[in-house]
Amino acid sequence: MSILKIKNLSFAYESDIILEDINLSINERDFLAIIGPNGGGKSTLLKLILGINGYKSGDIKIFNQAPSRSIEDIGYVPQNTNINTAFPIRVIDVVLMGHSNNKFFKFGYSKDEKNLALDVLDKVGMRDYSKSKIGSLSGGQRQRVMIARALCSNPKILILDEPTANIDANGQKKIYELLKELNKSITIIVVSHDISVILGYASKVAHINKTLTFHNIEDKKRDINRDDKHFCEVEMLEMLGSCRC
Amino acid sequence: MLEILSYEFIQNAIIAGILVSFASGIIGSLIVVNRMVFLTGGIAHTSYGGIGIAVYLGLPIFFGATIFAIASALLLAFLTLRERDNMDTIIGLIWAVGMAIGIIFIDLSKGYSVDLMSYLFGSILAVSSSDLIYITILLVIITLSVVIFYREILAVSYDIEYASLRGVNVKFFYSLILVLSALTVVIAIKIVGLILVIALLTIPVYIAQSLANSLGVMMIISAILSSIFTLVGLYISYNYDISSGATIILVSALSLMIFLFINFLIRAKNGI
Repeated sequence: MSILKIKNLSFAYESDIILEDINLSINERDFLAIIGPNGGGKSTLLKLILGINGYKSGDIKIFNQAPSRSIEDIGYVPQNTNINTAFPIRVIDVVLMGHSNNKFFKFGYSKDEKNLALDVLDKVGMRDYSKSKIGSLSGGQRQRVMIARALCSNPKILILDEPTANIDANGQKKIYELLKELNKSITIIVVSHDISVILGYASKVAHINKTLTFHNIEDKKRDINRDDKHFCEVEMLEMLGSCRC
Repeated sequence: MLEILSYEFIQNAIIAGILVSFASGIIGSLIVVNRMVFLTGGIAHTSYGGIGIAVYLGLPIFFGATIFAIASALLLAFLTLRERDNMDTIIGLIWAVGMAIGIIFIDLSKGYSVDLMSYLFGSILAVSSSDLIYITILLVIITLSVVIFYREILAVSYDIEYASLRGVNVKFFYSLILVLSALTVVIAIKIVGLILVIALLTIPVYIAQSLANSLGVMMIISAILSSIFTLVGLYISYNYDISSGATIILVSALSLMIFLFINFLIRAKNGI
């Protein structure tokens, strides 16, 4: 069943066309990788899906609702989680921010909200760090905390923008293994430059450069999903050489 | 030393010093983590326009400064939320225009220039009982706002874009932080003056930031440190008959240096 549907979506800054006639349909428990050159419109598409930017032509439906109506359903992990590391805040307090604020104001956090935050920290393997200062963590650990924050509202779709940009290879692998685990119950959309890594995990790929080209690589993946065997851009080229999509 | 405590103006100065320290500890923490130091400097200097107009119209000066500071905070909130790229230019502009308005209105108010220095550099020894009431009311407003809206204020301060995605009304709470900063600036002006106010709002906070692991704890540590610096500065300035505002700032700055030096030694010892 399709949970995210984009139909004939176009977006432009004044006369500068960023996205043109985008069509995309994502099913439950898909793992979609969004790739493409810088300035090709990847981030813009994310902002439209998240409801940060509005659109004039075309349509986006998430569980048959407009993007801004579905904040409970979408978990978001922004790019650049290394900013603001001097901020005096504990891991648990960062994760709690993932709860939605559908009222004008809420006084503190309820017991349920706190327990849920600890549960998601457990899920990403960071529960032992709940009282640590966020700035004392490594980049990979911090990214896991940001994923926990996104999971706080029990989203059905998790969207990550360049989740492994500043993380070492070992940390990257851990993040993707975590996403693979999470993918058993939720839909995942990742914008990424690490094409060779992401292809090992994604089931669908959307290449965006103003227009969208869709690849369903689920079948192809059987050939490349060799876990610990070597796989790099060269194998990828060979693989894509045989691809007719 | 004890007999100086029997003077009413000294008692008022001590109480005012502690009250203002709590306001500046709480709001200074917000200003630093939100990187609004320059913005707050703008509000402080712009409030001089309110002082000038209040003098000219014969209104209570505290009141004039408060209204003007709140108005400039709202204007700056509106402009900076719209034009993030040109933020520092806009702040600089409002900063200068506010001061210019103040200077012109003071010029127009004949026979008034003696007390001018006290607004620029503070006059903690001239705090009256009615000033104390005013300071207390503002401190209560500031503290209650931060306690009640702590969840939202923390979310906006830590990651404004994410807060917005989670449904927090970021425009409102961003503006609220600036308005609370304006109120704090106004009462801190009485103690250290509008030129030195930024140091009072940042030095104790800077020390607290590295000691605290949450924003709330940072606020409390800042408030306590600020109180200590203010009282020590007050004592020294009284004994040597030198400007209280400037003394408080130098005591704070010296303490910061000592803190950084000790920090450096500890790090060196641990081989970091």
